[in-house]
Amino acid sequence: MTQTTTIHGEKISLLRVLGPGHVWALGVGIVLVGEYMGWNFSVGKGGAMAALIACWVAGLLYTCVAMIDSEVTSTVAAAGGQYAQAKHIVGPLMAFNVGLFLVFAYTMLEAANAITLGYLIQTVGGMMGMTDAAGEALVLHDKPFIVLTIMFLAWLNYRGVYATLTFNLVITAIAFLAIIILFFAVKPWTTEVLQHEELLTGLPYGWIGVIAALHFGLWYYLGIEGTCQAAEEVRSPARLLPLGTMTGIMTLLIAATMTWFICAGLMPWEYLGQAVTPLFDAARLMDSMPLMVLLFIGTIFSTLASANGCINDASRAWFSMARDRYLPQWFGAVHPKYRTPYRAIVFLVPVAVLFAYYAPLDQVITFSILSGLLGYTFMTFNVVMFRRKWPLGSIDRGYVHPMHPLPALVLLLLCSATYFAVFLGYGTQLMAMMLFFIIASLWFHFHRYRYVRRGDQFSMPWPRPQGDY
Amino acid sequence: MPDISTLNNYQLIEYGAWGLSLLLGLWMLFDTLKTNMTYSEDLLTSSREGEIDDALVIDPPHQGGHR
Repeated sequence: MTQTTTIHGEKISLLRVLGPGHVWALGVGIVLVGEYMGWNFSVGKGGAMAALIACWVAGLLYTCVAMIDSEVTSTVAAAGGQYAQAKHIVGPLMAFNVGLFLVFAYTMLEAANAITLGYLIQTVGGMMGMTDAAGEALVLHDKPFIVLTIMFLAWLNYRGVYATLTFNLVITAIAFLAIIILFFAVKPWTTEVLQHEELLTGLPYGWIGVIAALHFGLWYYLGIEGTCQAAEEVRSPARLLPLGTMTGIMTLLIAATMTWFICAGLMPWEYLGQAVTPLFDAARLMDSMPLMVLLFIGTIFSTLASANGCINDASRAWFSMARDRYLPQWFGAVHPKYRTPYRAIVFLVPVAVLFAYYAPLDQVITFSILSGLLGYTFMTFNVVMFRRKWPLGSIDRGYVHPMHPLPALVLLLLCSATYFAVFLGYGTQLMAMMLFFIIASLWFHFHRYRYVRRGDQFSMPWPRPQGDY
Repeated sequence: MPDISTLNNYQLIEYGAWGLSLLLGLWMLFDTLKTNMTYSEDLLTSSREGEIDDALVIDPPHQGGHR
């Protein structure tokens, strides 16, 4: 599809060109890398059974996230996603924090993906076994590929959202298909290949191991809520955002369960808990070159898709905050030709490169998880306030989630358990992150908010809220 | 700058990656500067939030958001 470059009147906006496949690809694309690597550290925390419990508990958490987010975003259809929701429903200070959670979660995840891609290319270089003239093994360094990954994907994002997310759709679909092919290759209907009876050894660290496993259980689904960042670029947001988000979480629940089933039936938990690329390792155990190549391609594609979606989402959140003057308005510009938030995209490139270049992978991942978790906690009271201020029937909703307020309560409970799990492993980082957000909030409250045009930031023509607010 | 004839294949690939990164970065910077100078700041920052009305026209049976 050719992107138009029309400037209507004296205004430029983001381009509405995305369909349901793009929304699915944005959500699933960001997350699917978690199936290829990262989830298995939950096995190391509490054994394979604990990882399965974490997979399903986190699945429940994210189903609540997807349902709640689908309802709210079908009415607050604006780039910035949860930031725009917070602005309209809770207030400016909450919105500023939620915007920062989003930018941090996605930029850190992008950095983590770039580190992983660099590592994978370095590993392939090592596997090729090239030597120099003196017979010494040659080493392929990861840093150039870390930087190239970020630069290439930022360039793609800069040039237009349609090409960016079509690229994501293709590579995400291939990566998902690779998991399904591997699932059938291990013949799950027999015990010929899979050895669950021998390999599942209960809970080696008891129930505390299950709680600890929750930390990395989030990795199966982290980022699915990013679909709503496409609100101003999707052709029919009220219908397509809930559709893309709900099909996305269904895809991930299937992929996560298949991934656990394959890996837990092929590898002992002691190995699986510290493997770098568990699905690729599973393919290697099948002793089939086509499967190995397919899963290697799947690993690379899922990593690229995740970083690509993260650049898209982080830049939309940064752009939206700037457009409302929560940040310098200069970042709220749209490219007249490509119709993308080009300054936000370019500004976040060095931030991602710095973290990818210098920070250790586990720290970067933990900062991303923590930022995401803070955002999910916000969703719990956000949806309660939304239903109280604008009850069903007072405004049109593209989707109404069932059993309210049960999903919000379940989400809050699971978030609390996950904070405890993160505290067990990364207490210092948790405290440092909290301190950072407190300082940032003080800066916003006492300094930045004076630049915000208070009336302009509320763009949804809703009726006055009900109740005493 | 090292002598190219003394580089091994891996080093060439690494320099290629650095070079491509530099090119892409410079392209984005150059285009950003060019765009900033070609268009007025008012026009570039004229985007406003939540143009959901387009969606209501495109997909009337599934109206959402607001009237």
